[in-house]
Amino acid sequence: MEKSLNWHEFVITRLIKASGYSAILFVALIFIFLVREGVPTFLETELSSLLSIRWYPIEEYFGILPLITGSLIVTLGATLVAVPFGIGTAVYISEIAPRWMREILKPLVELLGGLPSVVLGFLGILVLSPYLRLLLDLPTGLTAFTGSLLLGGIAVPTVVSVAEDALDAVPRAYREGAWALGATRWQTIWRVTFPAARSGVLTAVMLGIGRAIGETMTVMMVTGNAPVLALKLGSLFAPVRTMTATIAAEMGEVAGGSTHYHVLFFIGMVLFLISLGVNVAASSVVFRAKKRAERILS
Amino acid sequence: MKRVLPNRHLTQRLGFTAITLMAVLTVIPIVAVVIYIFLQGLPAISTEFLTGFPHDGMRAGGILPAIIGTMYLTVGTAIFSVPLGIAAAIYLSEYASDTPLTRTIRIAIINLAGIPSVVYGLFGLGLFVIFLNFGTSILAASLTLSIMTLPVIISTAEEALRSVPQAFRTVSISLGATRWQTIRRIVLKEALPGILTGVILGLERAAGETAPILFTGAAFFLPRLPQSPFDATMALPYHLFVISTQVPEMPIQIQYGTALVLLVFVLTMNLIATVIRSRARAKRQW
Repeated sequence: MEKSLNWHEFVITRLIKASGYSAILFVALIFIFLVREGVPTFLETELSSLLSIRWYPIEEYFGILPLITGSLIVTLGATLVAVPFGIGTAVYISEIAPRWMREILKPLVELLGGLPSVVLGFLGILVLSPYLRLLLDLPTGLTAFTGSLLLGGIAVPTVVSVAEDALDAVPRAYREGAWALGATRWQTIWRVTFPAARSGVLTAVMLGIGRAIGETMTVMMVTGNAPVLALKLGSLFAPVRTMTATIAAEMGEVAGGSTHYHVLFFIGMVLFLISLGVNVAASSVVFRAKKRAERILS
Repeated sequence: MKRVLPNRHLTQRLGFTAITLMAVLTVIPIVAVVIYIFLQGLPAISTEFLTGFPHDGMRAGGILPAIIGTMYLTVGTAIFSVPLGIAAAIYLSEYASDTPLTRTIRIAIINLAGIPSVVYGLFGLGLFVIFLNFGTSILAASLTLSIMTLPVIISTAEEALRSVPQAFRTVSISLGATRWQTIRRIVLKEALPGILTGVILGLERAAGETAPILFTGAAFFLPRLPQSPFDATMALPYHLFVISTQVPEMPIQIQYGTALVLLVFVLTMNLIATVIRSRARAKRQW
């Protein structure tokens, strides 16, 4: 009995350890398979054509610059929506709202995080874009701006939950100290609590941006899918095409192993590296802040 | 002095109003979206819609294969991601110490959470569909969705496990239980509601995703239900995408009806998770 129990325990411990390591394995596998299918791009097309401004795969034009600028402009717009509203909502939930209000708001924001992006894209096509077309007097409502608004909404829950955690983690003594010195609650929020939670809020913003740049279905459905270089502010009100949407829209139709196929994997690689960069940066901000806090408290 | 004080209180009042307004403006669209889809979609709901196959190029009939398909995919995702995710969470919370390896695992989990869903689709295509030769199938799509869901399950389950007080473990070990007995009978039992909440929220996301299944398992139209895990399947989110962008002259009511069914599917999971969590909080004695 004793012995079989130990053997049992040994196997289970090993299995649990292996599962713990699996996350590393999966990140590695994802990278390996993107590289495996993406790197042949360099053998099949020249770097100069890859960095040109024309994306027209049927005639073998694989310039990914329009797709990159498309992703950037939509993400920029989404950030301008998600950051103020996300941080504002986080401050409200964590610092201002009465308890009952908090109990209503938090699940609602979580609900937004769970809404399928395809549903938002669907409403974007049927409701938001016709409305914006009339309101802004544009030739089409399927623009980078429409995408930005919806994408901002999609990024909001990420920003709210991470920023709210950061504000919540600020010790109550900080606030009480400020109040005791005669500061109003408003002054306390912006001069004490918020600066103390700064690194967490920064992480929230970065993760929100990461969420926006990787979103696929909504942007594919509402940004009009035109791979044109988007460099001016006016491009915000014209159709664009993002990197994610390009992969989603074209992968289904390409022949496996063709140049086009490899270029799409190459774009996936670029997206993977962007999200890797954003997440490593975001977690190192948190890590450094933790170190600093430990130094101050010791 | 007397003139400064009312001013800062005025600032506070204005500031609070502005922030409250922002929070309200954030929440109203969420509520509006849900209500709008309910109002527009309800007239489309009928027994035929829920239990019939689409016909006339999907412009008529029901969406049964898409509903069943999404259920298959959700269950398939759960089969792979739930045991693996909970085991990984147990490792991080109960076994791992703060070593460089553990930190690498944490960074890996954060990265998995941030990888764009369409990149998961590419990965699933490369590994499961082509390399392992599963074809575009429920199996390949479920595996792809599982890996995407994993970080959500791991991080919420770890949090739930960590919130079980250390004293519970100490007492159990001191009574002669082994480490695994302690984890299984004490820690897991206490953390169960928290873990369940995380699992459901993770699966909710998987059920609503389109991009990862685009090239790994989703089918445009199938005349019959999938017969084995190696068959492709229709799925609600992909079906909504197809009928709202790819099918010309699609009756608007069917589109809203499909959106409503998907929304109800997702909302129900969300509601269950919320109820489990708030019940557990109310019942907790430590």
